Order: sequence, then C-alpha cells, then structure tokens
Amino acid sequence: MVALIEIAGLTKRFGSFTAVDDVSFRLDKGEVLGFLGPNGAGKTTTMRMLAGFVAPTAGTAAIAGHDVVAEPVAARRHLGFLPEGAPTYPEMTVLGFLRFVARIRGYAGAALARRVAEAVALTQLETVRLQTVETLSKGFKRRVGLAQALLHNPPVLVLDEPTDGLDPNQKHEVRTLIRRMAPDKAIVISTHLLEEVDAVCTRAIIIAAGRVVADDTPAGLAARDPKGRLEEVFRAITIPPSLPKAA
Amino acid sequence: MRQALIIARRELDGYFATPVAYVFIVIFLVLQGTLTFNAGDFFGRGQADLVPFFDFLPWVFLLLVPAISMRLWAEERRLGTIELLLTLPVTEGEAVIGKFLAAWAFCIIALVLTFPFVITVNILGSPDNGVIAAGYLGGVLVSGAFLAVGSATSAMTKNQVIAFVLGVAISFVFALSAYPVVTDFLDRNLPVLAEIARGFSVIERFQSFAQGLIRVPDLVFFASFIGFWLFVNAVVIDHSKAS
Repeated sequence: MVALIEIAGLTKRFGSFTAVDDVSFRLDKGEVLGFLGPNGAGKTTTMRMLAGFVAPTAGTAAIAGHDVVAEPVAARRHLGFLPEGAPTYPEMTVLGFLRFVARIRGYAGAALARRVAEAVALTQLETVRLQTVETLSKGFKRRVGLAQALLHNPPVLVLDEPTDGLDPNQKHEVRTLIRRMAPDKAIVISTHLLEEVDAVCTRAIIIAAGRVVADDTPAGLAARDPKGRLEEVFRAITIPPSLPKAA
Repeated sequence: MRQALIIARRELDGYFATPVAYVFIVIFLVLQGTLTFNAGDFFGRGQADLVPFFDFLPWVFLLLVPAISMRLWAEERRLGTIELLLTLPVTEGEAVIGKFLAAWAFCIIALVLTFPFVITVNILGSPDNGVIAAGYLGGVLVSGAFLAVGSATSAMTKNQVIAFVLGVAISFVFALSAYPVVTDFLDRNLPVLAEIARGFSVIERFQSFAQGLIRVPDLVFFASFIGFWLFVNAVVIDHSKAS
C-alpha cells in the first residue's frame, strides 16, 4: 500500500543556514503525527515543503503517492493544509471564503453547498458564517482556516498549530474533531503544546535544529523519563548539549 | 483556465468589497473628465471626436493603473494568504493570470463608465465611431500593459507603496521611450537603440489606435508585452513567495 505521506531525506537550506536537515518519515492511514520542536526548529518549513509551498533543496516528499514537486496539483488535491497563523482573506465573509475554496477544489452546485455546510458544521462556524473574516476573533479565524482544510475531506491533513489562539474549550473541540477524523486519514499537526501530543497523537516526532531527534509513540517518549514526563524528555532532547542546562 | 477564472472572480469581488474600487473609479472619471474638458479644450476645438480624451488617457492610466495592481501580490504576501492560495490545487501560472484578469476586468469597467463622453460627441456632431472604438481598444491594451508591469512589481515586495512606485517608474520608461527626451539622447549616442526604444513605446503604439488604426504588429506587441511581464511575475512569485 502507498503511504499517505512519504518524506525521504528532505532538506532545506537558506544560504548557508540549514533549516531542515535530512528529515525522513512515512505516515499511513489512521496515524496522527505530532510534530514537535522548539521555535525555529524547522517544523513550519517541513510542512511548507510537504504542501509544495517551499521547494526542497534535496530529498522528496509525496502525498498519496504524488510527488509534491513533480505533480504539485495532484498532490494538493489530496491535501488539506492549514498554514501557520491560519491566513484568510479579511474582506471576505466566512461563507464567501469557503465557497471560493470549494470552487477551486472543483465543487459546484449542490455538492458545493453540501461541502461548505459540512465544513461549517464540523468547525462550528454557523453563528459567524455571514461575517467578514476581519471581524472575527482569533479563535474563529483559526477555525475558518481549519474549515478550509477539511472542506474536501482529504486523506491527508497537515495542520500547522491548529489550536494556537483557541481557548481551552475550543482546543478540546478541535482535538475531539481530529480524533474523530483520525481513522480515515493521515494527519500531521505541529504544536509546542506537549499535552496536545498526549491528547490526540498516535506518534510523535521531535525535531531540533532541523534534524529528527526522536520518533516514537507518545507513551514511548514519556517512558524515557523516569517520572514519565514528556516535558523533561523534550527538554533533554532539544536543548543542545553545549548549552548549560537550566536547573 | 477554470481555476484562473475562479481566482479572478474572487479578486474582482475583493475590489468592490473595499472602497478601493469606488475611489479609483471616481478619481479616474474626474481626472479624465477634467483633463479632457479643460486641459484638452474639448468644446473650444469645435470637433466632434475624442482626440483630447485619448491624448490624456494613457497618462491617467500611467498614474492610476499601478494603484490597482499594487495590492495584487504585495497584499497576499503581507497577509500570508499567498501560502493558502498557492497550496490550493492551482498552478502559479493560473494564479498569476487570474489576478491579472481581475485587475484588467476592473480597468475595463472603469473605461466603460466613460461612455458619457461617447454619447456627448454623438449628440454634438457625427463622429467616426469606428475611430472611437479603436481608441477604446487601445485603452484596454494600454491598461493591460501597465497592469502586467504593476502586477510583476507587486510580486517583488510586501509593501504596496513600493509596488506602486516601482510600477509607475517602469511603466513610465515604456511610456516615454518614443519621446524626444529618450530618443534624442539615444540618436546621438546609440542610434541602433533609438529605433528599438521607439518600438517599445506603449504610448506611441496607443496613438495609432487613437487614430483608428488597428494594426497587427501593435496587437502582437501588446500581447507579447503583457505575456512577458506576466512571465516575470510568475518567476518572481516562484522565487520569493516564501520569503
């Protein structure tokens, strides 16, 4: 079976700076991968390469068997992507924006209306669907971004910090939503909230300075610390040994 | 092409969702009207034609068209929506063409709204409406040429002001390249280039339309000019979209 996400030797250099260094993993249906790392570790750059927004310097990435560089449009059809900061067009209404995305995704008529209604219901946007995006709170904006990514029910979801800016209740809802969708999809979420990994992920990859430093189940990672605390494991792995560790 | 049209439609709706569209159209019509009637001495000439209108049109476009194109890409880059747009199942080419078409359609709407001039000359006399139609076609092409330049400069920066100034500056070079300022200098120093520069003059080519001449070389010129700058636009987007 073709892996839904397959990344091999993915590398990105900006001048002499290596943002992502030889990252490889594959993800099958039913897996939820938590992509962890300190700020600037290369999470966003990796996700951008996976979405075909940034061209890799070396290595390959494929979504549902379609190489993101050689067949970008085919790869993106199978992908729902929430970019960092959930950007949306501020002057558009929620409904107008989702309809635009649905049209681009090839829907029309009744199918379009159904898709948009489903995405609105899943992300609980009914109350604001006629408001322009610029008038929405951060949490609603994030959910509009999420609705856009889910709209075409893609087999692969790549979500860059999906719960950033949400209040605890909204976080809980988004996590419930991710768990509910998980069996049929391959999902990558980046986060620096370790509790999120425990809550939704079946697997966690920690990257630091562009390199994969751990790839395990959340339980397996936690087991590396005598007290089973993920936070301690994260610190031990991602703080460079040359730096003195804070007490 | 379908994708490009969907993008164009969104973009065009965006113009009318903000005051940009109304401000532009009003300023364009006021400026074009004032110049034609006052500076162009429309009534004093005693001729039922739109010569003064078309004399000023490219210069008004030179100033205002980059204001339409400046937001096309600079705004996407500033808001980060470029990451959303270019990770949807569209090619960069479709996005570039879609945005350009929206801005072009908008310029055409503004141009269509100058119809009272046509009605006026038809009431006052019997103008050659064929010449007027050719002039309008030329106007559409000139706006397209300046838009393509402005669209490319918009892709080069996140700052709309820089995009605007660069767009005006580059368009100005192509507007002026058949004028004595440029050609006299080149004639004296590089006669070969003077002839080439004359060939690239957007305004000189426009003037033959304003005289009622629709010539194939001029059509080819405008098509290539627009195509070239949209290509530059796509290259710039591909190179700098993530920075």
